[in-house]
Amino acid sequence: MLQEHAKIVDFIATAEGVTGRKKLQKMIYIMKKMDLPFQEKYEFHIYGPYSEELTARVHELCDMGFLTEALEDKGSYVQYKYTVTEEGMEFRKVLGKSVLDNPSTAEKLNARSGRFLELTATLLYFDNLNRQEQIDKLHVVKGKLNFTAEEIDEAFAFIEGLRS
Amino acid sequence: MSYATQKLAEEKVFKDPVHRYIHVRDQVIWDLINSREVQRLRRIKQLGTSYLVFHGAEHSRFNHSLGVYEIVRRISDDIFHGRPEWDESERLVVLCAALLHDLGHGPFSHSFEKVFSVDHEEFTREILLGDTEVNEILLKVSAEFPKKVAEVIAKTYSNKQVVSLISSQIDADRMDYLQRDAYYTGVSYGHFDMERILRVMRPLDDQVVIKSSGMHAVEDYIMSRYQMYWQVYFHPVARSAEVILRKILQRAKELSESGYKFEQPPTHFLAFFDRSFTLKEYLALDEGVLMTYFQLWMTERDPILSDLCDRFVNRRLFQYVDFDPGKDYKKLGELAQLFHSAGIDPEYYLIDDSTSDLPYDFYRPGEEEERLPIHLLMPNGDIKELSRLSQIVDAISGKRRTDYKLYFPAELLIDGKKTAIKQQILEMLREGGL
Repeated sequence: MLQEHAKIVDFIATAEGVTGRKKLQKMIYIMKKMDLPFQEKYEFHIYGPYSEELTARVHELCDMGFLTEALEDKGSYVQYKYTVTEEGMEFRKVLGKSVLDNPSTAEKLNARSGRFLELTATLLYFDNLNRQEQIDKLHVVKGKLNFTAEEIDEAFAFIEGLRS
Repeated sequence: MSYATQKLAEEKVFKDPVHRYIHVRDQVIWDLINSREVQRLRRIKQLGTSYLVFHGAEHSRFNHSLGVYEIVRRISDDIFHGRPEWDESERLVVLCAALLHDLGHGPFSHSFEKVFSVDHEEFTREILLGDTEVNEILLKVSAEFPKKVAEVIAKTYSNKQVVSLISSQIDADRMDYLQRDAYYTGVSYGHFDMERILRVMRPLDDQVVIKSSGMHAVEDYIMSRYQMYWQVYFHPVARSAEVILRKILQRAKELSESGYKFEQPPTHFLAFFDRSFTLKEYLALDEGVLMTYFQLWMTERDPILSDLCDRFVNRRLFQYVDFDPGKDYKKLGELAQLFHSAGIDPEYYLIDDSTSDLPYDFYRPGEEEERLPIHLLMPNGDIKELSRLSQIVDAISGKRRTDYKLYFPAELLIDGKKTAIKQQILEMLREGGL
């Protein structure tokens, strides 16, 4: 019961907080693609793979008092920062075991920007295609973001690193 | 004449309770409707377990698919036709995507996908691109055509107007299912003036906008959607049936993995238990197949599987209480222990379920929202986001509502065995212990 909620709390606690809704979405998606047992269903939306179920779950966790959602003013835009509350840490302890085999995965993902994770998640979304087709598709769906060849190479290398 | 533009000798029509008639002139559409994979949708109910609450809700995904096709056909052939902002060459791809958008749905999709960790959208893609009659028909249009249709449905197609017609906050899919589900369930919500909305839709740049004169019809549509979600789609009794269905599949999987000898072996499910399934095996499933197993498993030796099947087939559903997981999750653990002590397996008989919906949302720059807003086209050519002009929509924008329920078999708690523990359970459930 509430195991799926516990996984999200555990992940955010391991990452020591996550800033940005988009970033959180992409982090969970990337881990799902790395075969970690997150159950949230994803579809392709404005920023790439997006899960309405994850949005709802995070909202529920805030309602339950296990997560806090703080608005951070970044000047020209605002972002939400998610952290686990004391009650959330207790919930995490009661509900048990982490699904993260390697906690450094959460740190590695959290160290990256939202833009980079959006790029990585989008490439992973098209991982049924060959590399050139993935890049072509990226430019079709993310044309406005003008990802450079260097960024794309870095994202592929990042994916390889996570897989190994 | 190429296959893509080939017309039937005379128009075919399907009588439809929502749109009166569904009109088919294109040979491609007619062939697709007659394909095995589209015909399979007749055997999958649009509303899953809701028929156990609203007895009229027996309509299928086939009805709905035709309905979405008809709405898109009207938009493409009547409303957008001749407008310079609309690319007429997209007509066939958007019609096919409309007809085929739900092709990958399986029997009782929601539960099936949860238990077996499969995704109907992935199956839609496989049906469109794999060895199927649908793929064979689409390939006759062009080698790239199946992929284009798949991209529209996956929302990764380059023309965003085309994607918006099938999937956005005001799309043909929703406009059909709200009206159709309202009609078949018999509820009075869900009705709105679709004729008016269609007449004021306009293609513009990379989106579809609504002329501001149609704002009140759109308000009505948004409120209809809100009502339908809470009154029909999230009905707690239909969710009870859904919970039982999920537990049947989970039990069958667990028994199979533990080497239990079924009297009626779960032949059709085996490939899903070990995740070795093929598209052919997926397409062999429909709700008739599942219901047959449930009927047969009612006499299985395993008391949990037989009981759950009997509950589903004969509508002996679980009772429910509201609960607050933030406050009650520890008590939930205590309750599970008490269920154990009472000889009732909480894994199958004490289930928490939550559901939530966001009726409408808009994109706030920098706030990373993911929903494409509904934009109104003002008389002077300006574009304004709907909730900026509509007070009604503004009142519900971004407001997520969540409902938590705890499901359990009430009659097992008053059957005269282990009464002291059961009394304690009942008190926790009914007297605010949770």
